[in-house]
Amino acid sequence: MTVETINTPLDTEDEALEPAQSTAKAVLGATVTLVALVVLWELLVREFQIPSWLLPAPSLIGQSMLEWRSELVTHSMVTLYETLVGFALAIAISIPLAVAVVYSPILQNTIYPILLALQSMPKVAIAPLLALWIGFGTLPKIVVVFLVCFFPIIVATTSGLTAVPTPLMELIRSLSASSLQTFVKIRFPTAMPHIFVGLKIAITFAVIGAVIGEFVGSENGLGYLILVSTSQSRTPLAFGSLVLLTVMSIVLYYAIALIERLVVPWAPRN
Amino acid sequence: MLRPSRGKLLFDGTPLLRPTHDVGIVFQEAVLLAWRSVLDNVLLPAEILGLDKKSARARAMALIELVGLAGFERRFPRELSGGMQQRVSLCRALIHNPSVLLMDEPFAALDAMTREELCFELMRIWSADKKTVIFVTHNIAEAILLADRVVAMTPRPGRIARIVNVELARPRTIAMEFTHAFQSYSEEVREVIYRGQAQGAGRA
Repeated sequence: MTVETINTPLDTEDEALEPAQSTAKAVLGATVTLVALVVLWELLVREFQIPSWLLPAPSLIGQSMLEWRSELVTHSMVTLYETLVGFALAIAISIPLAVAVVYSPILQNTIYPILLALQSMPKVAIAPLLALWIGFGTLPKIVVVFLVCFFPIIVATTSGLTAVPTPLMELIRSLSASSLQTFVKIRFPTAMPHIFVGLKIAITFAVIGAVIGEFVGSENGLGYLILVSTSQSRTPLAFGSLVLLTVMSIVLYYAIALIERLVVPWAPRN
Repeated sequence: MLRPSRGKLLFDGTPLLRPTHDVGIVFQEAVLLAWRSVLDNVLLPAEILGLDKKSARARAMALIELVGLAGFERRFPRELSGGMQQRVSLCRALIHNPSVLLMDEPFAALDAMTREELCFELMRIWSADKKTVIFVTHNIAEAILLADRVVAMTPRPGRIARIVNVELARPRTIAMEFTHAFQSYSEEVREVIYRGQAQGAGRA
């Protein structure tokens, strides 16, 4: 891809004005609603004197997050690491495999149907088995993340690589383009927006996968922290971990969306 | 691309067994590459065929100017109207200077006014650089306006029913559509097509 494909200010100007305004409205609306809900939560907890081990007030959650900040940061880093390594591993394996499946009729008729069938298996249910096979370190968590990310990416990539419009394939064939030329110039760029759809689905699964892995057995990570603090009735800390997990998920999702905008500026936006 | 169902496909007297590079193709849809600018879209066949970059670029710029898109070289397909996209795909079909231009209902997806405009545009481009154009259309008036020879085909099965030679003077004008000669050509073609069924395909 060349530098010229990055949007000129000219074209963002005339079409982005309307959506930008409505996005700003949506963000404002959501923020106001969120603040209102948190305030309501605080008031209800105080009014009915709900014990903090059952449902802590937002203020108490904030307080305990400050109090435990260094632990929260350490455990967040562990979960983030497992998430990112598992996700990267899934990309590194599923995209080349998708290419192989698309180009090899043998793989298409042998491995791919099995992969599709395996997709419906709940991957998180393997987590205990992974603990049995590879212990309680970081690796089994990475493997769970890998498994939950692998399928959405390979499916999206495969469908993207086969999404080239028929007339375009005919045009390319009429020019006797080589397979490599067809792949580099047509197929892969066509697949890119599809791949990013898969990546965005995968990254949200990735955080869940890491937490499930930690639930099954570990000594660190936010999933571990939730488990331990609930068992010790330190519910505010569990909620604090939950807040961080949510923030992590959202930030990762938007990081992928941002990369998508830079890499595939032609992709349809929603 | 497809093997002939019967008979032999000859190209300049020699049988055609594999795709030839000496044709340019325009489809019903422009099928431009969304990630390439107008100029890079036009240059695609030149890249695949490994033509000299400098001269291909110069030719692309000249073609873009010829179809009236000068100044739009750096724009992307999504910034163009349907008619403009189809002009780009015409440039792409002509970039490697093929001797035959295949057009498969190229204007069918456009509105009536753009369609008419592009017909005259095509004739103007053709008069600047005369090639054999095989133009498939369902529009009888379009066929007669553009063609020297209209090959009328029957609907299902698609067989050649009659070849009509159109002897209208060139350059052709919109006024010719209302002449007696034009009307009688049009009736001749229509009669062949509608003899059997209600639907028809025409070829020019």
